Amino acid sequence: MTEIALQSVGLVRRIEGGVSHTLVDGIGLSVKRGEFLAITGPSGSGKSSLLYLLGLLDAPDEGEVIICGQPTSKLSESERADVRLTRCGFVFQFHFLLPEFTALDNVLLPMRAAGKMGDKEMRERGLELLTSLGLKDHADKRPNQLSGGQRQRVAIARALSNRPEIIVADEPTGALDTASTEQVFGILRDIADSGRTVIVVTHDPALAARADRRVHIVDGKIAETSAGHALTSEATALINA
Amino acid sequence: MATNLLFDIAWTHVTSRVRQTLVGMAGVAMGVGFTIMMAGLMQGSQIDFLHQLVDTMPHVTVQDERRTAPTQPAEQEYGAVQLTDVANLNSRPGIKYPETVMASLRSWLPGDVAPSARTTAIIDHGGGRIGVTLVGIDPRLEVKVSKLATQMRQGQLGDLARAPNAIIIGEALAEKLGVKAGNTVLVIGGQGAEVTASVVGVFRSGLKRVDEGQIYSLMSFAQLIIGQDGIVNELRLRLNDPLSAQRIATQVEAQVGYKSVSWQEANADLLSTFSVRDFIVLTVMGAMLLTSSFATYNIISTITHEKRQDIAIMKSLGMREYAVRRIFIIEAAIIGAVGILAGWLLGYALCYGWSKITIFNPLTGATVPLQIYYSPTHYIVAGCVSIICCTGAAFFPARKATRVHPVEIIRGAS
Repeated sequence: MTEIALQSVGLVRRIEGGVSHTLVDGIGLSVKRGEFLAITGPSGSGKSSLLYLLGLLDAPDEGEVIICGQPTSKLSESERADVRLTRCGFVFQFHFLLPEFTALDNVLLPMRAAGKMGDKEMRERGLELLTSLGLKDHADKRPNQLSGGQRQRVAIARALSNRPEIIVADEPTGALDTASTEQVFGILRDIADSGRTVIVVTHDPALAARADRRVHIVDGKIAETSAGHALTSEATALINA
Repeated sequence: MATNLLFDIAWTHVTSRVRQTLVGMAGVAMGVGFTIMMAGLMQGSQIDFLHQLVDTMPHVTVQDERRTAPTQPAEQEYGAVQLTDVANLNSRPGIKYPETVMASLRSWLPGDVAPSARTTAIIDHGGGRIGVTLVGIDPRLEVKVSKLATQMRQGQLGDLARAPNAIIIGEALAEKLGVKAGNTVLVIGGQGAEVTASVVGVFRSGLKRVDEGQIYSLMSFAQLIIGQDGIVNELRLRLNDPLSAQRIATQVEAQVGYKSVSWQEANADLLSTFSVRDFIVLTVMGAMLLTSSFATYNIISTITHEKRQDIAIMKSLGMREYAVRRIFIIEAAIIGAVGILAGWLLGYALCYGWSKITIFNPLTGATVPLQIYYSPTHYIVAGCVSIICCTGAAFFPARKATRVHPVEIIRGAS
């Protein structure tokens, strides 16, 4: 079972209100340790909602998310926060860095929140992460002094800081130019290759194609699962249509 | 959750909006400063007044009367008999065996006692007639029970014994009559005695009703006016601790049987207005502190609104809701703490400034500085109430803002 990093069983998420709407409709999914999974789908298909459920950012109305063998549906909001803090790293479309803090301070934030390391150790790890992502010289800069690609790399460093088993990324390249996209994707690929599980929601079929596996979501259901490399350009065109 | 992380974030939020923060701090500072000033001023004037009262008045006065009319022999004999409007058989006024009573009191009293003969009289001078209270005293004992000797403006207390029929009168009365030390006036007693007296001194106690309506003489002179030789109808007690007067008065009354009135009882109406005044002042001060914390409420509301995205980020990263909420409480505490420190300085400065101001009192005709009471209690209470108001004011916007689900914000941003 240690092979499976994350598993979902019959996940359902609805929006109640004037018009009830099912965002995620009974999705069952298993992601292996070290696997790079791409979730694709048209806008409004529920792929981001699925990602939030998998990353415990949101709670399902039905079903179960099992992270590293631990069922999570019975956890309280605080316990879910703890799991997010230590086991899931989040990367969003917009970097979502704290604007008043330097790149390094942003990377340190999850570690300080977890409070498991000493100050010196945290600092060393933060600098190490930034260096490995090519941001050594930008550690003391604030987000508004960095380019879009640099910010996103800081966000990735932040996501990695507590050594989570799973990295969850929601359109991480959605707001980046081609070169930065390539770079960020390469980093995520490396993370997966180093043994962590990476789940990425993306619109970009070329990127999805480079994942180990691609899950295509339509109307909150899995419409198609395929190995990323097998995706043909015709299929890609179809998906994006 | 690392507290210093929360503090760092709070500090960053606060210091990155200097102007807003300063406004908030200024609000708190003014609330605290004005509260301290008001407390100092109010308590200062009150204590000043009480000091005057306590200095001028005997702490306990034993009078030659009883709280209830004595029972008649017939009533004592026959329980069913009820008699009213009966002339008291023991109607000879005055305290019996005053020397014995005083000696007995001195044996245990934490203070001293002096006899006096008090009566009402009329002063006649140049056609002007003014009703006064004449108090016959023994100057040697008087210095132990009153500050009259130090309140002399013209002449000295001892001068009473140096001239026949000498009197000392209040400053206001002297002005009214137009007399000075050395002049003579006519003193008319209730029994018809008319004696020419010479004014040997003028005093000023600061209490208008005393300065305007009380005169002092030797016991023998007062006894002459009363028309009863050797009468002592009042014992005046001065205590080491004026605040124990109420308790001592009860003890004295139990011992000697005569009505013993503490200064608190004699001024009960005045003191009750003080408690009303205290209540009003406390209400106003509380309102000031509460109002000043609204600036903090405003700032925390603004910050939490601006920082919705940060709140979502921190929650999504796995920081717990209460931890994120605490950030904003800490911010309010920072604003409050600095504001309180500034408020203390402001309050002290205001108190100092006010103490330099003199006020002309048209009633007493005197120019006196405003009395300020400096008390650490004012500072501590104002600080504590203010910090509670500030953090309380931050709690509600912080709770509202941190309750938001991160997914809602993240979706809204993308």
